[in-house]
Amino acid sequence: MPILEVENLSVTFRQYASGLKERNIRAISNLSVTLEQGEVLAVVGASGSGKSLLAHAILGILPANAETAGSIKYCGETLTAKRTQSLRGREIALVPQSVGYLDPLMRVGNQVRTAVRNGKPAEEQRKVFKRYKLKSVVEKLFPFELSGGMARRVLLSTAMVSGAKVIIADEPTPGLDPEALNEALLNLRELGDQGCAVMLITHDIDSALRIADKIAVFYAGTTVEIAPAKDFTGDGEHLRHPYSKALWGALPQNGFTPIPGSQPHSAALPPGCLFASRCEKATKECHQAQPDLRELRNGKVRCIHAT
Amino acid sequence: MQLDAKNIGFRYGKSPWLFKGINFSMQPGEVVGLKGPSGTGKTTLCRILAGYEKPLEGKVTLGGKALPEIGYHPVQMVFQHPEKAVNPRWKMGKTLKEGGRPDDDLLARLGIQQEWLERLPNELSGGELQRFCVARALGPGTRFLIADEMTTMLDAITQAQIWHAVLHLAEKRKMGILVVSHDAKLMNRLCDRVIEL
Ligand SMILES: Nc1ncnc2c1ncn2[C@@H]1O[C@H](COP(=O)(O)OP(=O)(O)OP(=O)(O)O)[C@@H](O)[C@H]1O
Ligand SMILES: Nc1ncnc2c1ncn2[C@@H]1O[C@H](COP(=O)(O)OP(=O)(O)OP(=O)(O)O)[C@@H](O)[C@H]1O
Ligand code: SF4
Ligand SMILES: [Mg+2]
Ligand SMILES: [Mg+2]
Repeated sequence: MPILEVENLSVTFRQYASGLKERNIRAISNLSVTLEQGEVLAVVGASGSGKSLLAHAILGILPANAETAGSIKYCGETLTAKRTQSLRGREIALVPQSVGYLDPLMRVGNQVRTAVRNGKPAEEQRKVFKRYKLKSVVEKLFPFELSGGMARRVLLSTAMVSGAKVIIADEPTPGLDPEALNEALLNLRELGDQGCAVMLITHDIDSALRIADKIAVFYAGTTVEIAPAKDFTGDGEHLRHPYSKALWGALPQNGFTPIPGSQPHSAALPPGCLFASRCEKATKECHQAQPDLRELRNGKVRCIHAT
Repeated sequence: MQLDAKNIGFRYGKSPWLFKGINFSMQPGEVVGLKGPSGTGKTTLCRILAGYEKPLEGKVTLGGKALPEIGYHPVQMVFQHPEKAVNPRWKMGKTLKEGGRPDDDLLARLGIQQEWLERLPNELSGGELQRFCVARALGPGTRFLIADEMTTMLDAITQAQIWHAVLHLAEKRKMGILVVSHDAKLMNRLCDRVIEL
């Protein structure tokens, strides 16, 4: 049984534009993804494709004007608002993308200590700081006194001392130097090997490939592909979805060639395939209905022409 | 007009010197990389170049002259964490105007959608927000752009789009760029040379 199961999740924001006109922003639609125990699942994809919102939906911290549909199950049990609240920080921990989640008025050592669930808070905090090469003076600093990479390492530390079974790490590595990056990746993989489940949301596909078992690719609020990590290789010939191939080809070490255009706007999603406006392979059928996520070569893809 | 840093030294309060005797120059149109371990002072040096912080020793000059203390600063910086670089209570349209009148072609090249101008920062994703910070920094008066981990929050396609747009503009305007990044492969793609702090 998967430890976390997201089924057909949709997240919509209701916005009142000028006058009384109401608009719906569909940030996530029909998104399904599962996380198994002992597994590191990387989530990559377009900026603005709903990765952080998925994390926030799992943690039950979406803003009040967000409406959700679909289900999120933890150990087979549907998550209600109340249940999520009791799991947050204990069983499910978040490494937030924004460093704004650090309390500006509290010394960072204390912030990490309040997250400790097993063992002596001060001891655990020092252990994890040492691991992340944060000098002992750092525990006394306030967030504004940290460098970018230090702030990231503090955010990571907070989740690492929580003892949670599911770690949702939302962009935990941007701005880390190679040494700190290495330590963070090792740590996340270890958690997986110890039986936790890790969702690593990242734009750093190279790093993801070093530790992930599976990779989910997001575009315009939905999963377009789920692939074993080993399929990300060569010219992307093993990848299933045209967007995944384009993403792979745009990496600096690959072509650094971007495809033109941008994601469809979440207030005006097309009826057909969400990638159709940028897809070289698009045919008339593609514009008719959103393709379903289907099994293909030991993975999944949301494209009618994928082989 | 070349940008010069001469004998720069800086420390925060009474803590030990972060760096001393930093010397380097950048030519117009040149793309230079800056790397170094976390906490060595890369962002601090960037802030000094962009005039957010005064060096305790040494000076920064543009075309041999001290940088202006009022008016538009010709050395513009894009920060590592966009959420800390914008006013949370301003709609994005207002934030954008801080850099002068934004040019529509640039907004399109950066993938900024018109409707986003009506939103507050917390209603945008991290990567969407960063595009505004890039646009704001590219006003017509910008001679040098300091890009501190400018695209680490973006997907590879958007990253490549934005860099192509920025490099295009840099060439057209003979604007110099300092790229701070831990991504060696990106540096390889972009930089004429790389210096280490
Ligand atoms: N409060 C909100 N109101 C309206 N739209 C929102 C709100 N929060 C997020 N969105 C929109 O939902 C979409 C998904 O946002 P999300 O933060 O999940 O993206 P992301 O995949 O994490 O992107 P990034 O990689 O840039 O962090 C974006 O287009 C964003 O503009
Ligand atoms: N406002 C501040 N007050 C006191 N100390 C500070 C302040 N800002 C930064 N520091 C300290 O100065 C040092 C250098 O910080 P800086 O942000 O310049 O590093 P960096 O090289 O950019 O690191 P990173 O790669 O992690 O972003 C760090 O040790 C940091 O703790
Ligand atoms: S369904 Fe059609 S438009 Fe969509 S990705 Fe596949 S080929 Fe392209
Ligand atoms: Mg995000
Ligand atoms: Mg920095």
